Amino acid sequence: MSQFAINLIFVGGSFALYIAIAIWARAGTTKEFYVAGGGVNPVMNGMATAADWMSAASFISMAGLIAAGGYANSTFLMGWTGGYVLLAMLLAPYLRKFGKFTVPDFIGDRFYSTGARLVAVACLIIASVTYVIGQMTGAGVAFSRFLEVSSDMGLIIAAVIVFLYAVMGGMKGITYTQVAQYVVLIIAYTIPAVFISLQLTGNFLPPLGLFSEHTESGMPLLAKLDEVVRELGFQDYTADVDNKLNMVLFTLSLMIGTAGLPHVIIRFFTVPKVADARWSAGWALVFIALLYLTAPAVASMARLNLMNTIYPAGPTADAIQYAERPDWMKTWETTGLIQFTDKNNDGRIQVYNDTPAFAATATERGWNGNELVVNNDILVLANPEIANLPGWVIGLIAAGGLAAALSTAAGLLLAISSAISHDLIKGSLKPDISEKGELMAARISMGVAIVVATWLGMNPPGFAAQTVALAFGIAAASIFPALMMGIFSKRVNNVGAIAGMLAGLISTCVYIFLYLGWFFIPGTATFANTPDNWLFGSTGYGISPLSFGAVGAMINFAVAFTVSALTAPPPVRIQELVESVRFPRGAGQAVDH
Amino acid sequence: MADHTKNAQAYWRANLRLIIISLAIWALVSYGFGILLRPWLAGIPVGGTDLGFWFAQQGSILTFIALIFFYAWRMNKLDKEFGVDEE
Repeated sequence: MSQFAINLIFVGGSFALYIAIAIWARAGTTKEFYVAGGGVNPVMNGMATAADWMSAASFISMAGLIAAGGYANSTFLMGWTGGYVLLAMLLAPYLRKFGKFTVPDFIGDRFYSTGARLVAVACLIIASVTYVIGQMTGAGVAFSRFLEVSSDMGLIIAAVIVFLYAVMGGMKGITYTQVAQYVVLIIAYTIPAVFISLQLTGNFLPPLGLFSEHTESGMPLLAKLDEVVRELGFQDYTADVDNKLNMVLFTLSLMIGTAGLPHVIIRFFTVPKVADARWSAGWALVFIALLYLTAPAVASMARLNLMNTIYPAGPTADAIQYAERPDWMKTWETTGLIQFTDKNNDGRIQVYNDTPAFAATATERGWNGNELVVNNDILVLANPEIANLPGWVIGLIAAGGLAAALSTAAGLLLAISSAISHDLIKGSLKPDISEKGELMAARISMGVAIVVATWLGMNPPGFAAQTVALAFGIAAASIFPALMMGIFSKRVNNVGAIAGMLAGLISTCVYIFLYLGWFFIPGTATFANTPDNWLFGSTGYGISPLSFGAVGAMINFAVAFTVSALTAPPPVRIQELVESVRFPRGAGQAVDH
Repeated sequence: MADHTKNAQAYWRANLRLIIISLAIWALVSYGFGILLRPWLAGIPVGGTDLGFWFAQQGSILTFIALIFFYAWRMNKLDKEFGVDEE
C-alpha cells in the first residue's frame, strides 16, 4: 500500500469519527450550544481541555523550538503548563460558580458596565482570531504534505469538517470531538517518541530516556548532545541563559496568557459543580503533561538523530555526501522546509554554527558556510521517517497534527461566536432576543467566523507567526487581570477595570508594534528587534516584545487599583456578587440571564 | 447571620492561605529552581546535566500537577468543613 493510501485511511478514518460524533451530539438549546448542557464529567472535560489547549503550536512546533534552543526554550514547557495552576486556584472555580456562559459575561456583570463587557469582547475577538489563523494554516500545511492536495483545498476540507460539528453541536459537539481528537493526537505523538527513545537509550519511556544513557556512546544522552553540538560551534544544549529577567518575564507572560485565554476558560463552565472545576483543571494538566513531558525528549533525541545522520562518523569526521542523503530529506526538500546549498562544492552537507567565533575552525576544515537550513516545524512531522518507522506511524502523525489544529480551531471559534451572539447581540444590541433566535444567531456567527478564519488561513497575513505573541500578550495584559481583580477584590470598580484593561492592552500592543512593526505591517517597526534595543537592553537584561504581556498585566493591576481608589466603590449588590462567587454553595448549573 | 459571616470570612482566609502557599511552591520550582537558582543547583547532577535543567523541563510540570490536585482535595474538604459545599 502506498504511503498516500495509508495517510488517507488514517486521516479519513479520524474525520469520519468526528462527523459521527457531530451527528450524535447535536445541540438543541443555547445552554447545550454554549456550555454543553453543563453536565460534562470532569475527567472528560480535562481531556477536552487538553485538546482544546494543545494546538498545532504544541504538537508541531514546540519540540522543534526546544531542539533549536535547548534549555533556553524550556520557557515554553513551564509557561504553557504553569498557567493551569493559576486557572485552578485563581479563576476556574469562581467563574464556574458565577455560572454564566462567556468570559465577557462575568466582566460585564462584575464591573456593572456595558463598556467593560465590550472591551472584554474586543480583547477576546482579537486574541482568538489571531490565534485561529495559525491553526488554519497549520491544518493546510499538514494536508498538503500528507494528502497531496493543495493547501487551500486542505483548508476547505478542514473548514467543512469543523463547520459540521461546531455549527451543529456547539460546545456539546466540540466537547466530544475534542475528547476523540485528544486520543488521536496523544497516540500519534507518543508512539514515534517511544520508538526513538528505545533506539537511542533503550528506555521505552521518553521522559526517562531523556535523562538516561545514550546506548551507542555510553555517555548520558544530554552530555553526548552537548558534545556533538559544541564540536559544530553551537552553544551547549543544556547551557544556562544570561538574561534571566527576560526568561522569567517570558515564562510569566505565557503562564498568565494561558490562564487568560477565553477558549480555555469557557471549558470549565461545562462541568456540573465548582468542585469539579478544580479537579478538572488537574486532569487537564495531566493530559497535557503526557505530551509536554514527551516533547523535550523528542526535541533532544531528534536533534541528536539529525546530527548523527549528517555526521555518521561523528562531528569531527566528514559529513554525509549529498547524493547519499536519506529519503526523508528528499521528501522534505520538495516542500522547501529543508534547503541545501553546496557552498564549498565538495558534495557533502556541512551543518554548523556560522559565527565569527567558529570561523577559524570552519576555514581549517574547508567549510564555506552552513549548508543546510532545516525548518523547526518539520522535526515532529519528519520524526517517524528520521527514525525509520513504518508507514502507518506517518499516517498517524498526519491525523494527529490535524486533530491538534482542528480541536483548537473549534474551541476558538466557539469562544468567538458566543461572544458575538451572547455578549454583543443578546448582551447589548437586542436583549429581548428569544432562546431560539439566540441559538440561530450563535450558529450563524459560528458559520461566519469559520468563513473568516478560512479566508485568513488562505491569505495569511505575512505576520501570522508574530500574531500568536499578540494573542498571549492581550490575554495576559487585559483579560487575566480583569478576571482576577473581579474575584479577589471588592474595591475595584467599573472605571478602574476599564482603565486597567485599556492600559494593559494598549501598552502591550504598542510595545509589540514598536519592535515588530505597527499593526505588523512590514517595515514600520520603530526599533530593530534586537536585544540591545529592547527596554533595559543596554544593561543586558532587555525585555523582549514577546515577554511584555507580564509587564502589561502589572500595568493593568496598578492602573485599576489606583483609579478605583480615587473613585466611588462598587455598589453593595456588586460586593454581594463577589461574595457569592467565592463560595461554592448554591452553584447549580450554568444558567442563562 | 453574624455566625454565618464569620464562618464565611474564615473560609475565604483559609482559601487565600492555601493559594499563597501553593503559588509560593509554584514560583519556587519554575522561576526559582528552573531559572534563577539554576547556577546554585549546578552541583547536583541529573542524567548528564543538572537539577535546574530537570526542573525546567520536567520537575516543574510534575510539581504543577501535584499542586492542583492537592489544592482541589484541600478545598473540597474545606468546603465541607465550613459548610459551603454544594449539596
